[in-house]
Amino acid sequence: MSARELIVSASPHLASPDSTPRIMWNVVGSLVPVVAASAWFFGPSALLVILAATAGALLPERVWGSSGSLADGSAAITGLLLGLTLPPGLPLWMAFLGGAFGIGLGKLVFGGLGHNVFNPALLGRAFLQAAFPVALTTYPAVGLGAGVHSWWSLRGDNFALPLMSPRPDVISAATPLGLMKFEGTGTELSDLFLGSTGGSLGETSSLVILICGAYLAVRRYLEWRIPVSIFASVALLGGAVWLLSDRADPDPLFLLCSGGLMLGATYMATDMVTSPTTHAGCWIFGAGIGALVVLIRFWGGLAEGVMYAILLMNALVPFINRATRPRVFGARPVRVEP
Amino acid sequence: MTSGARGPSALREPALARTLRFRHGVHPPELKALTAALPIRRMPFPDELVLPLRQHLGKPARLLARVGDAVERGDKLAAADGFVSVPVHASATGVVSEVGLVPHPDGGFEPGLRIAVEPWSAQRPRSRLVPEWEQLSPPQLVAAVQDAGVVGLGGAAFPTHVKLSPPEGKRVRQIVLNGCECEPYLTTDHRTMVEYPERVLTGLRIMMRCLGVERALIGIERNKPDAIEAISAVLPSDLDVRVQPLTVKYPQGAEKMLIKALLGVEVPSGGLPLELGVLVQNVASAATIAEVFETGLPLVERIVTVTGRGVARPANLIVPLGVKLRDVFEACGGLTDDAAEVVLGGPMMGAAVANLDAPVLKGSTGVVVLTEQDCRQREVYACIRCGRCLESCPVFLDPQRLGALAGARRYESMRALHLSDCMLCGCCSYACPSHIPLSQLFRVSRDALRRQEATA
Repeated sequence: MSARELIVSASPHLASPDSTPRIMWNVVGSLVPVVAASAWFFGPSALLVILAATAGALLPERVWGSSGSLADGSAAITGLLLGLTLPPGLPLWMAFLGGAFGIGLGKLVFGGLGHNVFNPALLGRAFLQAAFPVALTTYPAVGLGAGVHSWWSLRGDNFALPLMSPRPDVISAATPLGLMKFEGTGTELSDLFLGSTGGSLGETSSLVILICGAYLAVRRYLEWRIPVSIFASVALLGGAVWLLSDRADPDPLFLLCSGGLMLGATYMATDMVTSPTTHAGCWIFGAGIGALVVLIRFWGGLAEGVMYAILLMNALVPFINRATRPRVFGARPVRVEP
Repeated sequence: MTSGARGPSALREPALARTLRFRHGVHPPELKALTAALPIRRMPFPDELVLPLRQHLGKPARLLARVGDAVERGDKLAAADGFVSVPVHASATGVVSEVGLVPHPDGGFEPGLRIAVEPWSAQRPRSRLVPEWEQLSPPQLVAAVQDAGVVGLGGAAFPTHVKLSPPEGKRVRQIVLNGCECEPYLTTDHRTMVEYPERVLTGLRIMMRCLGVERALIGIERNKPDAIEAISAVLPSDLDVRVQPLTVKYPQGAEKMLIKALLGVEVPSGGLPLELGVLVQNVASAATIAEVFETGLPLVERIVTVTGRGVARPANLIVPLGVKLRDVFEACGGLTDDAAEVVLGGPMMGAAVANLDAPVLKGSTGVVVLTEQDCRQREVYACIRCGRCLESCPVFLDPQRLGALAGARRYESMRALHLSDCMLCGCCSYACPSHIPLSQLFRVSRDALRRQEATA
């Protein structure tokens, strides 16, 4: 036998076929229908805003991220998700800035992929909300109306230049949550579920988001315990408030299908990096988000609370992980019957 | 066997309703089809054997032979040095050609000897007086097992006689025979059970006699229906011995996982199965004990699965101990052109060897040859805290946290998180989508902790 060079590597010598980029790109792929739905409802503006946010996210990752980190797909997810949380008529430079902030200050300063504490997409949105509160809460109505003549019309002044005030030539509409909170009127549940309501790009169709989330959960690219516990706690707490208020407040189904809850619970809260690693921790994390959402929506100053609920719980993740660390096999108390 | 008897519940009938499984673990591809159907065959004797004195856990054997000694197959070359030690025997007739440092599959060179094999010998063991094992007392049986150099053949190579003589005050009440063979690729135990079921049962009987035990369970993974059938066909009617098919999951064959699946109890952290009154022994070890009392020949050869896509003709081989890996491959048609890595043991826990002159020893369950395609480098990404390592760890550690601590060399904190309970089974590394070499980090950390303790 001739001399040959042998590889000597550490065990195990087998690895599961999954890899981090595969997980990330699957998430990106599963967002395509969500993006398509928002384009269906909001026309080219939707695609423009999402593209701008994604470009904003990719740029700092390319410039400051470790080499090749664009290929792992995580920055693309951040950009897409941020875009989906923005209103369709947002000036594109704002969307771009939000993406750059989310990745640059939300992720890269912590050390890049895997090291960030907060969901970068939500940090980007929180930054935009603080910086441009009016632009972030101006929502065009779905469908044709004043200023919107066809699917091709822009839903706002997307091309406004930085630091210039945008010229709104589109009739804006309150979101279902805004209507509920500030005017006390409800919205048809079927509209909420299918998506023909005003709101952010990805806040519209609960149905599409649920289907895409289910796909990820089946492929085990998404921790199903988190959305399930969020939905359960919102339904339970919201239901309790609803019953206590003699059914004057919005019912739990409205709470579930309105605003960013579906998108947030399915895609933002389940971000692996910023959610707990233990199963018990995931239940607690989800329940906490649900409780905060109900608190903010009913008693807070804002119409919508999903973003802050998730960010607040993100901060607690290290503590949740520590508190829910599983009992080591055979460690006391051992289950040995008498 | 009376159900109302007081005693550790581990010994009662497992409730039928209880699912026979341990939690967590992973499902690697089985890859056993390469050799599962191949009958065991014997390889020809090579020209030279390499026999290190350390082939078992415990103290290495004490050398008796000298250069120039003519030895016959089965002659003792080195004696047991103390209680936790076993002798080394000549596995072929020949002449001791060298005493000194010889290559060891663990990577280095260790004290041992080489035998130049007599090419014209029939290699028939000399005739011996073999006592009827039924006539021997338990202490005599245990002594005979030690004298035959028998160790656990499942990989760890722990001296069998030590397990058969529990310390004062401890009592074994039940034997668990381990026929899981959960490592991918390997079919050694599988073929042993299919081809030598009587030997497995005889070995079990001998162990039961040693310990005065009347109950035994044989755990076999469901992916070996022919083995389950073969063993079930020879179950004794006078003893309480049952076969229990088990879920196919890695590491089902780990002692603690097997006991959990069969009996529903957890071996205490840091403790031994003995504390539950249970002894776990591998089926191949049982067959070897039977063989010792059948032929009088000590442990001088073992069944080895030689497999992987890098081997021309995979096989289940009877290999004399001390045969160099390159001779083993020659008996299997050589290596293929794209063979890239040689792993001694299974692919999950086995160690890669760099030197094909290293020998097959008592603990070598298999030799897996991986091709370039099998072991292409996987890029390591940052931990994304997906939690899959936690979901896979069969002893419920937090590999994610431990891995971060290992990177920071915070070994003391790792100890507090039960690093010592890690079996190095490799489930976490297998499951990690970022391909972080977790179990290797834990191995290194454990060694570092040991060094710290030794120098403290």
